[in-house]
Amino acid sequence: MMDLLQILVSDSFWAASLRIATPLIFGVLGALLCEKSGVLNLGIEGIFAAGAMAGWMAVWLGAGLWGGVLVAALAGAFFGLIHAILTVPLGLSQHVSGLGVTLFATSVSYFIYRTALPNVTSPPRIEPFRALDIPLLSDLPFLGPVLFQQTALTWLALIMVALVWYVLNRTALGIAIQAVGDNPDSVDAQGLSVYGLRIGAVVAGSALMALGGAFLTMSAFDAFFFGMVNGRGWICIALVIFASWRPGKALLGALLFGAFDALQVRLQTEVGALVPGQVFLMAPYILSIIALVIAARKADYPRALLTPWFKGQR
Amino acid sequence: MTAPLVLSLKALSKRFGSVIANDAVSLDLHRGEVLALLGENGAGKTTLMNMLFGHYMPDSGGIDLYDAAGNAHPLTLGHPQAALAAGIGMVHQHFALAENLTALDNIALGSEPLLSLRRDRARTRAKVESIMQRSGLTAPLDTPVGRLSVGERQRVEILKALYRDARILVLDEPTAVLTPQEADSLFHSIGAMTRDGLSVIFISHKLREVLAFSHRIAVLRHGVKVGEMATAEADDRAIARMMVGADTPTTPREPMQPGAPVLHLDKVTLTGTSARDRLQDVTLTVHAHEVLGIAGVSGNGQSALAGVISGLRAPDRGTISVAGTPIAHPDPRAMIRAGIGRIPEDRHHDGIVGAMSVAENMVIERLDEPGIQTNGLLNREAIAENARTLSKSYDVRGPGIDAAARLLSGGNIQKLILARVFEQDPNLILANQPTRGLDMGAAAEVGRRLLEARKRGAGVLLISEDLDEILSLADRIMVIHDGHLTEVTTRDREQIGLAMTGEPA
Repeated sequence: MMDLLQILVSDSFWAASLRIATPLIFGVLGALLCEKSGVLNLGIEGIFAAGAMAGWMAVWLGAGLWGGVLVAALAGAFFGLIHAILTVPLGLSQHVSGLGVTLFATSVSYFIYRTALPNVTSPPRIEPFRALDIPLLSDLPFLGPVLFQQTALTWLALIMVALVWYVLNRTALGIAIQAVGDNPDSVDAQGLSVYGLRIGAVVAGSALMALGGAFLTMSAFDAFFFGMVNGRGWICIALVIFASWRPGKALLGALLFGAFDALQVRLQTEVGALVPGQVFLMAPYILSIIALVIAARKADYPRALLTPWFKGQR
Repeated sequence: MTAPLVLSLKALSKRFGSVIANDAVSLDLHRGEVLALLGENGAGKTTLMNMLFGHYMPDSGGIDLYDAAGNAHPLTLGHPQAALAAGIGMVHQHFALAENLTALDNIALGSEPLLSLRRDRARTRAKVESIMQRSGLTAPLDTPVGRLSVGERQRVEILKALYRDARILVLDEPTAVLTPQEADSLFHSIGAMTRDGLSVIFISHKLREVLAFSHRIAVLRHGVKVGEMATAEADDRAIARMMVGADTPTTPREPMQPGAPVLHLDKVTLTGTSARDRLQDVTLTVHAHEVLGIAGVSGNGQSALAGVISGLRAPDRGTISVAGTPIAHPDPRAMIRAGIGRIPEDRHHDGIVGAMSVAENMVIERLDEPGIQTNGLLNREAIAENARTLSKSYDVRGPGIDAAARLLSGGNIQKLILARVFEQDPNLILANQPTRGLDMGAAAEVGRRLLEARKRGAGVLLISEDLDEILSLADRIMVIHDGHLTEVTTRDREQIGLAMTGEPA
């Protein structure tokens, strides 16, 4: 018990939680943006892989780190566009198209990686983002290590939470996105383009998702390897429901999952001799399911989620 | 009419496949005029208005708008954006509102620059408030639309059009969802706005309100304009004849002595989360040879009542008896066995299995009967024979008895359901909004069948939002409001309308 308390008040635990949460924050925001417009994007798992590979490869080929981030976002936007075209104007099943995009994006990423590096056994490393280490602030007790020794991508994720919230709630564009996810006819009747808004939201959301992938290869690790996304995309899909489609709660959900994950690593070293390690690996997922069961009952679904809309059919 | 022209539709035609929806329809609208567009379902009223608003591209013909100086400007066809810019506003039957947004956001939607980082909500609000003051149409601006009443939502829709500086307002069946009082107040607001120079076209098939509130009437039938007249010179029988092409056979309700009770609900209570699925101590009796009409504005517990009687919802308290026998465990199976025939509210969703054939849908409630099945195998020939007979006697038209039921038109789906229900010779017929969305001919047919069943000895529970329908068919009338059921003895529209709003009659 003392040990648990010690873990919970330690700055390294909270720093790790925020670090683990970072890719999830990008992913949840991206999924939230897509779903707010009425489109479920199950391509997220593959888009994470594509972002991770594209960002890493751009840097490995000589681009700057921010250049890599841009390339990752573009890769995400590309796969998002495929999903958007299939599901918005063509109105195909969002589930089927999303899973297809996940398989496609994952395989293409592995394929490109293998084609570029046919004979390597250990993945080549890049120089990743360093902790920002802001003078003075990073020396603050507790807050310093938790907040001010993170990398620039973590800060970008936090800025994105505020940005997505502001755009959705305070701009005409955000109001239109919320409207198209609730009742596309309301948007059409006012002379706005349903297709344009939905495709735009899916493309932008997918670019955000890819940044979550880029964080993995460019900040959390310094190389790309197979299977590194490891279900993070699916967790984001669940976290959107937990967050009831609100950016602030999305941040909270991602942090909660990050904290569970950071906690299980620490508990494993504490009591690992008594309990099999797999139990700890399962813990964050089980706790997420419990949190979801509690939160999802009150979740505020976008009414037009999963419903295709066709021009001229009322 | 001496007022200047504002709009003229010139020989508009539109076909869908082999169906001619509009055949060279021309129509003029003057400044400050209220024009009623009358016609049966499928007569082409909505198609015509959708061409005006740019939702459909006409096959031929054109639309001219006139400016204040009387110069004609052709409207770019097929673009809602162009229609909006030209000052044409349309309020559809199904509201085009985002329920998660406030009324103010819905009104402003699409008229602000999308890519700007700030919104000028104060200016939007000031403009909307001044419009509300002038027109008398008010709605709470900061509540999510999902929490507004139907009447308020409709006012938001109209405010949306006025906010866009509409000079011409098109209303598609505006009163279908309103209480008589709400409808009257809507028309008074329209009156006030037309004095300010707004021109209004409203689509309706309620003769009463057309005669009371329009200046001019145009009648469409089968896509052709068959008549146009000043309302002052119109008479209702002539218009009805024009709409259907012949006198409508209205079956008079012959007086009849009610028999034994066939359905009795004793203090049935259903606790629900919203008004639409709540019932409070509902007691009612339907006798043989009797039609009991339940009037009320939609969402006041009608679906809960229908759910309880059809066995889909188990009451929390109270008992249900059919033909004197209490039903211990009410479920749909037990209710069908007890002799309740159901005409559900949503005929597409609850009345048929769309993917199954017409023939299969006709026997779907009695698949376990010998003759329909032998040892668990369906007797396909008997099912087909049954379908052929019923299609003929109930005049079900469509692509054939083996076609999927969803391919039938709304009127024919309703005939299919009627055939299925009446052939079972039920003790009680639960008819929930049986004529909603049907044209006059089909609606009259439904009424005739219900009265025929009453004559044969069935009891009919008729739930309807159409007061005229209830007045013409029901022997006794009860009003449902917020889950409470009250019997009204009056036949006065005003009084019943008041009871529908919850005021003591």
